[in-house]
Amino acid sequence: MNTTAPPIEVEIDDYGPLYAARKKVYPQSVSGTFRRIKWGLMAFCLGVYYLLPFVRWHRGLGAPDQAVLVDLPNSRFYFFFIELWPQEVYYFTGLLIVAAITLFLMNSIGGRIWCGYLCPQTVWTDLFYAVERMVEGDRRERMKKDAAKGTLKLQRFAEITLKHSIWLMIAWWTGGAWVLYFNDAPTLVKQLVTFQAPMLAYIWIGILTTTTYLLAGFMREQVCVYMCPWPRIQAALTDEWALNVTYKYDRGETRTSLKKANELRALGKAVGDCVDCYQCVAVCPTGIDIRDGAQLDCIQCGLCIDACDTVMKKIGRETRLIGYDNDINIQRRQAGKPPIYRIVRPRTIVYSALIATVGAIMLYALLTRSLLDVNVLHDRNPVAVKLSDGSIRNAYTVRLLNKRGFDRVIAIDIDGPANATVHVVGVDSVTPDRPMIVLGRDQTTELRLLVTAPSENNPEKSIPVRFRVTDIGLGEVASATDNFVTP
Amino acid sequence: MADHNDLDHVTGKTTTGHEWDGIKELNTPLPRWWVITFYLTIVWAVGYWIVYPAWPMLWSNTTGLLHYSSRADVAVELANLEMIRGDRMVALGAAPLADIEKDPALLALARARGKTVFGDNCAPCHGSGAAGAKGYPNLNDDDWLWGGTLDQIMQTIQFGARSGHTKAHESAMLAFGKEGVLKKEQIVTVANYVRSLSGLSTSQGYDAAAGAKIFADNCVACHGDGGKGNQELGAPNLTDKIWLYGSDEATLIETITNGRGGVMPAWVGRLDPPTIKALAVYVHSLGGGK
Repeated sequence: MNTTAPPIEVEIDDYGPLYAARKKVYPQSVSGTFRRIKWGLMAFCLGVYYLLPFVRWHRGLGAPDQAVLVDLPNSRFYFFFIELWPQEVYYFTGLLIVAAITLFLMNSIGGRIWCGYLCPQTVWTDLFYAVERMVEGDRRERMKKDAAKGTLKLQRFAEITLKHSIWLMIAWWTGGAWVLYFNDAPTLVKQLVTFQAPMLAYIWIGILTTTTYLLAGFMREQVCVYMCPWPRIQAALTDEWALNVTYKYDRGETRTSLKKANELRALGKAVGDCVDCYQCVAVCPTGIDIRDGAQLDCIQCGLCIDACDTVMKKIGRETRLIGYDNDINIQRRQAGKPPIYRIVRPRTIVYSALIATVGAIMLYALLTRSLLDVNVLHDRNPVAVKLSDGSIRNAYTVRLLNKRGFDRVIAIDIDGPANATVHVVGVDSVTPDRPMIVLGRDQTTELRLLVTAPSENNPEKSIPVRFRVTDIGLGEVASATDNFVTP
Repeated sequence: MADHNDLDHVTGKTTTGHEWDGIKELNTPLPRWWVITFYLTIVWAVGYWIVYPAWPMLWSNTTGLLHYSSRADVAVELANLEMIRGDRMVALGAAPLADIEKDPALLALARARGKTVFGDNCAPCHGSGAAGAKGYPNLNDDDWLWGGTLDQIMQTIQFGARSGHTKAHESAMLAFGKEGVLKKEQIVTVANYVRSLSGLSTSQGYDAAAGAKIFADNCVACHGDGGKGNQELGAPNLTDKIWLYGSDEATLIETITNGRGGVMPAWVGRLDPPTIKALAVYVHSLGGGK
């Protein structure tokens, strides 16, 4: 890290300001490897976000055919071949764990990859900057236009209007795509256009339009610096081997102008490669100087690398004066040793193993989960009833779940007290002692089940009872256990 | 308080002058938008005080410009609920009693509605799970004083027993001891005989033939031959295992001496017809219905 920064002259204000105005950042356009990666990832992320609701997935008659759908009214979540019920939200817990460890892994390999390339705030802000640049021109022009206050000409007014219109359109589309995940997309688009959509849809579009417009258009880097907790957390996760956007001060210092550097070099004196051109600062979307070392405001998007490389090529010096590197290598180079890079190391192995383990557990749970299920709840009040002939009856609330996309005939059997009979309230069974019911597709049904057993055959106070439900057609079986209690 | 503000030479920033254990606080001002947001929340709060009820006064509170009240909100919600429920309750009222249990949707509605109403109106006597208590029948079992079919249950709920309603179930057990119909020892004998009807033990040396005679002379009219009971009269079956007031000798003597006549109120007029129907279905579905 650069510890030789000269002391800065500061005016001492005895009271100090109550607040500081934001210094507007005017990032300059840049081209290069990382800019191309960023364009590519932006196109990919936005493409997925905007188009995914329109992807279809056939699930059979009567079932929604949207590939990704959060069906709140029916409490179902559809993700391609997966259909989740409310009681299965723990899959999301697993997903969150995997996502968190993936972030850790990304951090230990390449620093704040999330912040620089994938975070929605970065992606949308980048998009909004691109629009701004297209309409108002690059850094210099924008600064000049903003400085020329009080002389609002028609052309400038038109520019500003155009910029905000495009921003609002993007923001509106962002909100629009959001609601499509919660309803059948083509239908909802039709409804939205004809003003037939539910009020809630319009409200959500409004909310997301506003937040997108404000966060990406105005808040920009302030979201990362002041509002987001990730920089603090991610900074704590990085280690000495992680590659971070680094100014190689060992090579760059002492900075001096190009002309002076050439003169000094001609005299055989040692000078650094940094020519103090401030291109890395000009292109930075958070407006920082990477040469001050790793810092919280740095989202590590790599645009300063592209800017610096352009300059280095122009002046005929080696590129990557700023590049993905770490402190270990800076120190090694200073000691005359070759740099080493270690991606495979205990930390990354542990993270990868954790991801694989959690992923495997989730996959196993998903593939082996039961599509027929039964839950039993014993009546507590009264726990047991004595009938006029002296036999004992227990009542249970039985909930059956059919997660398949077709109706099924389910038979209910019990293994429990001797000579027990079972009766379902509201169901007249064709076969006595074996009630059968039709379980609707993708549904749950609650039944009241009465189990009666002669007391003389069942002297115990509490007898384990097992409820077995069998799909007559498929032979699929599910069971649940409870107790049969005598008074 | 801060006496003077220092310059921190490492960062080049001024300090606030506050110092704790040698650690000084840098003067890092908040962003302007943050401060503005903070002031806006204050303005919002003031507006809230004016518009909504907020200030507690001695006996009441300020009502605010909107005159909002949560009670009125609840009233509106309840009215909405009644409206939503309306159609389904009408459907329930229109369905023939016997068909409700065959329709899963109607059965679920009737059970849900019945359970709530039962908890509000019937639970004080019959218990929240309808398990009853001494003198209050258990509605989960299959023994019925006035009949356990859907129609009979509904009839009982509507008009009650000895409730004073003209259509109520009537008849009460005579106080054989108090009225002087039976003597003390006869009561003991017949009590033992009644116990023997359901297979319970009898005290030593009791005269079974005498018991049968007393029973035939006095009890058969209501409880029937062999003590099988009579639901027309609400006379319990004395041969089964269920006893409303208890089956021990002392309780039976007490019953025969002083008679019994529990009262069930009539609910017609207090509950609307679809609700009574729901209640009947609920009680029937508890498991004891015929």
